[in-house]
Amino acid sequence: MSGSTLEIKDLHVEIDGKEILKGVNLTIKGGEFHAIMGPNGTGKSTLASAIMGHPKYEVTKGQILMDGEDVLEMEVDERAQAGLFLAMQYPSEISGVTTSDFLRSSINAHREEGDEIPLMKFIKEMDGAMDYLEMDKNMSQRYLNEGFSGGEKKRNEILQLMLLKPAIGILDEIDSGLDIDALKVVSKGINKLRNENFGCLIITHYQRLLNYVTPDYVHVMMQGRVVKSGGPELVERLESEGYEWIKDELGIEDETVGE
Amino acid sequence: MSNDVFTRDYIESYSTQQQEPTWMTDFRLKAFETAEAIDMPKPDKTKITRWDFDTFEHVTNNQSAKQIALNDLPEGIKKFIDIEKEQNLLILRDNVREYVHLSEALTKQGVIVTDLRTAIKEHADLVKQYFMTDAVSVNEHKLTALHGALVNGGAFIYVPKNVVVEEPIQTIFWQDNPAQALFNHVILVAEENSEVTYVENYLASETEAKTVMNVVSEVFAKANAKVSYGSVDHFAHGTTSYINRRGLADRDAKIEWALGQMNDGDTISENVTHLLGDQSVCYAKAVSVGRGDQTQNFTAHIVNHGKHTDGIILQHGVMKEKATGIFHGIGKIEHGGTKANAEQESRVLMLSKHARGDANPILLIDEDDVTAGHAASVGRVDPVQLYYLMSRGISKQEAERLIIHGFLAPVVNEIPIEAVRKQLTDVIEGKVY
Ligand SMILES: Nc1ncnc2c1ncn2[C@@H]1O[C@H](COP(=O)(O)OP(=O)(O)OP(=O)(O)O)[C@@H](O)[C@H]1O
Ligand SMILES: [Mg+2]
Repeated sequence: MSGSTLEIKDLHVEIDGKEILKGVNLTIKGGEFHAIMGPNGTGKSTLASAIMGHPKYEVTKGQILMDGEDVLEMEVDERAQAGLFLAMQYPSEISGVTTSDFLRSSINAHREEGDEIPLMKFIKEMDGAMDYLEMDKNMSQRYLNEGFSGGEKKRNEILQLMLLKPAIGILDEIDSGLDIDALKVVSKGINKLRNENFGCLIITHYQRLLNYVTPDYVHVMMQGRVVKSGGPELVERLESEGYEWIKDELGIEDETVGE
Repeated sequence: MSNDVFTRDYIESYSTQQQEPTWMTDFRLKAFETAEAIDMPKPDKTKITRWDFDTFEHVTNNQSAKQIALNDLPEGIKKFIDIEKEQNLLILRDNVREYVHLSEALTKQGVIVTDLRTAIKEHADLVKQYFMTDAVSVNEHKLTALHGALVNGGAFIYVPKNVVVEEPIQTIFWQDNPAQALFNHVILVAEENSEVTYVENYLASETEAKTVMNVVSEVFAKANAKVSYGSVDHFAHGTTSYINRRGLADRDAKIEWALGQMNDGDTISENVTHLLGDQSVCYAKAVSVGRGDQTQNFTAHIVNHGKHTDGIILQHGVMKEKATGIFHGIGKIEHGGTKANAEQESRVLMLSKHARGDANPILLIDEDDVTAGHAASVGRVDPVQLYYLMSRGISKQEAERLIIHGFLAPVVNEIPIEAVRKQLTDVIEGKVY
């Protein structure tokens, strides 16, 4: 077996006492690209946040395992150390901390103490990745995400993904707000990581990203569950027909997580 | 004051021993009379009646001025100096001059950098003109009066008309004897069209010894002068401090303060700037860290007198353990200050349940045609920011460290001398962790 395996079993998640996820099952292995689609407010970001350990989300039932290890027992930083990465739908802005300092701290966090990345090597890697993503180099000296445009924030998330090379990457609407050129660049960055040691979960509303980054599996979320899974052909059907047919098929009236 | 060591006779003999001119002796005696008659200051929201402003030694070092080699300084002092470069530098150790150097070019242009004792003798007219006359006055309260009576050290910086001082001027006020009180007085005069960057460091031996600091700075920015004033205060836990930095800006002048307020003991620190002339500008930026059981009361205060004046206050404080930090931001626009602008932002970051922080914004406006704004907040480290950083593998402690440094960066980055900026960062590091 190559790469890591992330298993999500019967996951139930609450936020502020309201149940959002109502039993999600999903397994992602190294080398596999999964896409999750689904209407607004159906729990996609909740799933991503619960996996990473966002402080507001409470797991009330179920399991998340990374290579058999209990992720729910891990602190957020330990989850990252274990190989998880989440490109967030809304990345935080952190004033006073330069993007470059943050990237360096992130890289060093994955290395042993005393084996920090040499400065020149870091700069070379960062510049290389920024070139690849066609990012303005000045950005690394700006405060983290502060005043970044929507598209710049997304590129910055992919920059981190490329530098940290996680075992499992979760990309939450990495394509939202991107113009067509930026979409191509970001896709190029994701595809560069594509190999048997990298598993990826792509949350998106649009086919256009999946045209560039072809998924092996496609899942549809509604009402806080995965209600349908299939191959890439599912994307095309959703794009042309919308979600109504799934709702009809399953007898769902309100697809959101409801009250 | 309950301390009966300090009498008229003491002050007279101290002044004589310092070989001061009569006007200075008289000034001290008059200030002493005032001190006996008036009250202590009453900083808003902090009760100082039980603070110890009485236990200190006024003179512990009777040596005369020296000129030591910089390399002979202890490491703890040396690290504040870019030793490789030529320095415009003045060092006082327990109020006695240890070292002074000013570049030949600046000396030729008439720039003066010297200790206050020397200035009183060699530049009497200038000192007399500026010492506790138009900026800070003896009559404000007991502590300013005592300052006038007991002043025992300080610096005099004078930049003549049209002179631009490119390299910063640095002072180090070094308290070596833990009981030594610094009644330190800085006068900085920037004449018309001049420019100067000045950075001062107050350094103390870290002990629990009881003593008092009573520090006054008076800055005069004449028409179209630019003064950038940086400081790092770092007195020890046993030290009770009163710090008063005041600026007067004439027409088109600009005063920028970047203050690192890092004392470990109880502290009152006020920074007041009067924008007297039209189009004058002040940026008052300050960072503070409180720890242990210390109580600190900070005031950043800008008064817009002139038209089209611009006053901007930015204070960021971090409070941990059981420390208390009160931050007053006062923007005052006087009648006649048309088109003036008064902005302020005060933010306090609390790192423990037992810390107390208070941001107290005040806008006092006596003119219609003005703009003003304020923002104030007291909060904790944002859990979502922590989550974001930790989601990249960064430990909680390191993530907090990044956020705190980031929070203080807007002021730290303004400190004009790199060695001092680095030391301030280290002091913050030492205080926060
Ligand atoms: N604090 C909260 N209290 C109650 N409900 C909440 C809270 N936060 C989020 N929700 C709800 O949880 C549901 C799922 O949100 P989530 O962000 O996971 O949706 P999503 O599928 O990612 O939607 P989108 O496609 O719009 O990004 C939504 O209905 C949202 O309103
Ligand atoms: Mg979402």
